[in-house]
Amino acid sequence: MSFLQVQGLAKRFGTSCVFEKVDFAVEKGEFVCVIGHSGCGKTTILNILAGLDAASDGVVIMDGREVAGPSLDRGVVFQGHALMPWLSVLKNVAFAVRSRWPAWNRVQVQVHSQKFIDMVGLNGAEHKKPSELSGGMKQRVGIARAFAIQPKMLLLDEPFGALDALTRGNIQDELVGICAATRQTVFMITHDVDEALLLADRILLMSTGPGARIAEIVDNPLPKPRARHEIHHDQRYYRTRNHLVDFLVNRSKTYQMEEYRNETRLRRRN
Amino acid sequence: MRSRLLAGTLSLLLLGILVGAWHLATLPKGAVAAADSEYAKLVGAQAAVGSKSAFPSPADLGQKLLEHVRDPFYDRGPNDKGIGVQLAYSILRVLLGFSLAALVAIPVGFLIGMSPLVYRALDPFIQVLKPISPLAWMPLALFTLKDSNVSAVFVIFVCSIWPMLINTAFGVASVRREWLNVARTLEVSPVRKAFMVILPAAAPTIMTGMRISVGIAWLVIVAAEMLVGGTGIGYFVWNEWNNLSIANILSGILAIGLVGMALDFFFSRLQKAVTYAE
Repeated sequence: MSFLQVQGLAKRFGTSCVFEKVDFAVEKGEFVCVIGHSGCGKTTILNILAGLDAASDGVVIMDGREVAGPSLDRGVVFQGHALMPWLSVLKNVAFAVRSRWPAWNRVQVQVHSQKFIDMVGLNGAEHKKPSELSGGMKQRVGIARAFAIQPKMLLLDEPFGALDALTRGNIQDELVGICAATRQTVFMITHDVDEALLLADRILLMSTGPGARIAEIVDNPLPKPRARHEIHHDQRYYRTRNHLVDFLVNRSKTYQMEEYRNETRLRRRN
Repeated sequence: MRSRLLAGTLSLLLLGILVGAWHLATLPKGAVAAADSEYAKLVGAQAAVGSKSAFPSPADLGQKLLEHVRDPFYDRGPNDKGIGVQLAYSILRVLLGFSLAALVAIPVGFLIGMSPLVYRALDPFIQVLKPISPLAWMPLALFTLKDSNVSAVFVIFVCSIWPMLINTAFGVASVRREWLNVARTLEVSPVRKAFMVILPAAAPTIMTGMRISVGIAWLVIVAAEMLVGGTGIGYFVWNEWNNLSIANILSGILAIGLVGMALDFFFSRLQKAVTYAE
């Protein structure tokens, strides 16, 4: 049985359906990316996995247990970093660490927090407030906070969407390194095809809503370890990349119609 | 730096013009007229005949202020206490009523801000009670509490409660959703969430409410003390009106302004201390 199983997940608001029949599984230590146009319900799926939102239908089972609410087993890196602006970098991370291990003393919390701040390359900035940090540094703190509670699974909601290309590249490299070192299970939303090819082991392609589905699951053929400055020399890189881009540009819209036709054809036949 | 210096100079200039005009307006005049002897006894012979204004000159006021500053804390019976003693009574009443109001308004505001149900249930009461002049409660307070001192504190309590209550509720209700989501994913207990996330997030708005409250309380205490009498700066001003000592009335007014400014400054400092940059 897979580590994370998502079965028949659907979200509806009244009569309008955001997505439905969403099925997929994630293995332990796997990095899975979801790509899709905005409005297809990617963030809603992530929020349901996090336990912050409830599905209209379907179940999420992680590590043999149904997900029924937020839990320290699942760390979340939010789209807008969501740091508490009145706390310093260290205290933001320590807040999470203290939530995870309430019995720890001050020194233990501090040492553990510092370790993860160093991991994302922010040593020297631990006493700064979020308002004194650049966008990339803020997102790094968000990542450190999520990793610091050592969750069974990490959920990343377009963490690099707001960053410039250079900063994004640097943090992606760091994330590759951290994930390789920690064997962390990750579920990440992105709209960046190159990012998905660099980070993900498998890529879920979502069709355009309303009534979005997971149209295709693409295995990343590029071998690990992947480095940003090397992967584009691999022949399979552009083949896969073209496939993904084709999907986003063309098939994500027509998929729905085909699916609809198939279903009505089936119904007629019965 | 230069613009600050310029502003300071301009302020001094304005003060100079004001005092100068005041001085000219209160200069003794040559006119002689018969005066009522009773009136002359009250305001002084020169003022009664119109050769000198009953209104003190800047120099008179300055002399009076010097007396007050030299000996602010004397106590020669119920009708003759130093201005410092009177101010202390007023400040004590304001702080007492204000603190009691904060103890009620902040927790209740928290509850209202967190629960839309409680908000809707309490809203009609707040809307009706908020616009009532706090002094309108005075007779009721005197009747039920049977003590003028306690009644004055009660009036301060009533007038301080609304801005704090409304601002706390608003601040708590508008805490960013993502911070609450962080707390939820970290399985933070409700008490810890209230103190570690909601309170610091809403603190600037709560402090704004406290600053408005203390300002209103300081306005109301003067009127309240004029009503209940006995002690306090409001009573002092009214008592000096009965004594027809305009210089003392002016001293009282000036003292009220200065203390009000100090209270506001203190709370603006507190507000700055809890404000965070996003």
